[in-house]
Amino acid sequence: MLFDELPTMKSGILIANGHVIDPANGIDKKCDVSIVDGIIAEVRENIKPARPEASNCRVIDAAGKLVTPGFIDLHVHFREPGDEEEETIASGSAAAVAAGFTSVVCMPNTNPVIENETDVEYIHRKARQARKTHVYTMGAITKGLEGVELAEMGFMAQAGAVGFTDDGRGVQDPAVMLRALKYAGMLDVVVAQHCQDERIAGGGVMNSGYHSTILGLPGIDPLAEEAMFWRDIQLIKKASVRYHAQHISTAGSVELMRTAKKDGLPITCEVAPHHLLLTEELCAEYDTNFKVNPPLRTQKDVDALKQAIADGVVDALATDHAPHLQSEKELEFLAAPFGIASLECALGLYVKALVEPGILDWPGLVSLMTTRPAKVIGIDKGTLGVGKQADVAIIDPKARYKIDPTRFRSKSRNCPYQGWTVEGRVEKTIVDGEMRFEA
Amino acid sequence: MKRKSRQSKWDRKHLLGLRDLSAEEITYILDTAVGFEQVSTRSVKKAPPLRGKVVVNLFFEDSTRTRNSFALAANRLSADIIEFTKKSSSVSKGETLLDTARNLEAMGIDIVVVRHGAGGAPRFLSRNIKACVVNAGDGYCEHPTQGLLDLYTIRKIRGSLKGLKIAIVGDVAHSRVARSDMWGMTKLGAEVTFVGPPTLMPGKVDGLPVKVSSCLDDIIDKVDVINMLRIQFERLGGNPFPSIREYSHYFGLTVDRMKRAKPDILVMHPGPINRGLEIESEVADGPNSVILDQVTNGLAVRMAVLFLVNQAAAEKTEH
Repeated sequence: MLFDELPTMKSGILIANGHVIDPANGIDKKCDVSIVDGIIAEVRENIKPARPEASNCRVIDAAGKLVTPGFIDLHVHFREPGDEEEETIASGSAAAVAAGFTSVVCMPNTNPVIENETDVEYIHRKARQARKTHVYTMGAITKGLEGVELAEMGFMAQAGAVGFTDDGRGVQDPAVMLRALKYAGMLDVVVAQHCQDERIAGGGVMNSGYHSTILGLPGIDPLAEEAMFWRDIQLIKKASVRYHAQHISTAGSVELMRTAKKDGLPITCEVAPHHLLLTEELCAEYDTNFKVNPPLRTQKDVDALKQAIADGVVDALATDHAPHLQSEKELEFLAAPFGIASLECALGLYVKALVEPGILDWPGLVSLMTTRPAKVIGIDKGTLGVGKQADVAIIDPKARYKIDPTRFRSKSRNCPYQGWTVEGRVEKTIVDGEMRFEA
Repeated sequence: MKRKSRQSKWDRKHLLGLRDLSAEEITYILDTAVGFEQVSTRSVKKAPPLRGKVVVNLFFEDSTRTRNSFALAANRLSADIIEFTKKSSSVSKGETLLDTARNLEAMGIDIVVVRHGAGGAPRFLSRNIKACVVNAGDGYCEHPTQGLLDLYTIRKIRGSLKGLKIAIVGDVAHSRVARSDMWGMTKLGAEVTFVGPPTLMPGKVDGLPVKVSSCLDDIIDKVDVINMLRIQFERLGGNPFPSIREYSHYFGLTVDRMKRAKPDILVMHPGPINRGLEIESEVADGPNSVILDQVTNGLAVRMAVLFLVNQAAAEKTEH
């Protein structure tokens, strides 16, 4: 249906004169996007604006702006239920939509753990009430994240869980992991893993090496991640299931990933912004905002991750947004919790890490934030295809701004990027055809 | 301007670790300690420089030697001393480290002597409170006054550390003493080798100013000083060596091994000693042992440290 033929009953948005980037459909040019009743109606040049008297048809002039599918973040911690002082689904959703994210995937390591269909439905209900962004959740692989008994993956999948993970930890016992992979195979959902062998990691709190040695802090050897990732790659060969390695952080994991892809295994991976921008020596002053798990590694690891992204080996960028209260972070480095809150400055960080140094162009970046993560969890999103739900971000790619965590919509401020100047700001975010955020 | 005219070579109100210090600063502390050593030999063992000041011994880990040494040092400088020991860590029991320190500060303390199980805890405190902070051992990061008293003891006997070959033997991975010694000794020109089983070494690490060896017999005849670390059973994770018997066999300082050592080798140990484990009694009590000198010198060094940080704080407030 043409936009100018809209019956006045219908609501619509016309995004005119923007530069549309829709990697799923190979679009990277100046054109218009029309949205009718929450659905992408047309993407082409010179769509005629609606009749001026139709007040429920809004025209947005996006000249000089980028128009992209809404972003998808495969890895956020919204802390609800259990730690609502740190974040809630409402505050996290508000943060997400302000950063262009129209879909996010919550991790199940809440209190209680998301391990049955009621828990999954609770997340969805809270998200509907917040009415900001699409909130998906993964369910736990094992009950209580204890790595012993399988959680009710079937019921959770039926309730809409888009994958399973014990994130925060990895499933330590290889027999349990093999069982989980085999079982999840019948549900057609992805199994995601926070790869970390806890016996190798010990009680580590930062990368192991020179810096952990002189700081007198227990280190986490890269081997802790790589040993489990290698193990899982062997296990996958015994099952028929998609596997997703969460926040890989080491050069060794990149090599494992390359080989797995070359071998045609159904394995995907994600990379977090801090592993592209920060390195271990930043822990030198015991600033707990740099305490994150997997830990900040070395420049060599950062370079390997960037090369992997350039080579298409990485499937998604994911923030691992992990909000914590200042009072929790204001502790000895050994005692403070792991995690960085970065959802609200994600685009600027990705641009700084990847677009500015020429590792990716804008379509490449948008692809890793939209259509490719959508494929990882198998949702029909991340595109501006005609007939799809209209989730759209409008970006000013030239806007420079200073990251100011005090202005975050997130409840937490544990952001080590405070004061950084970044480029690329989300101006408007449309979810299901509704304007949910305007700068 | 005023500070310059006093020509102070010390302007730090905290002592957090020897890694931060220059060779000149370390030497300045040691020189200052020489003066304080004499106080302990007088019939009235007291000097007035910290009169009216309050020092708190804030100890989150067990300690007898270091805590008493600091208390005595503060007493001899005429300070008032508060003992605050708390075995639990901040996470397990209510009050955080920061809240504890702020509460103490509200009572008007001047110097916090802190021992804590987490590396970096004193540095964290120094950023958040106004009082002077002296590190009395943090996790396995540093134990700067132990490092200083080791330097003092060696310098007193040998005149200088320049060119000396020093072995630090044992559980280096979990030793704050080894780290403070490493920084202090190498800054003053000594050549340091860490010796122990690879499971107790800090891993394959580039950039540390030391050599690493897993064979004590290879180097026992070449070193001028040997510092035997205590096996810290409370810190050992897992099973880093098969048995005490086997550990002693490879890394114990035995009478037999001592026969191959230089005749004037200095035998050191930060205490408390596990007799017959890392060191045989006859060696610990033998003519080369300076283990008790270390304890004596610790007092003078700690007096110097308390004196200097207090002076630096006073100068800073004058500006």
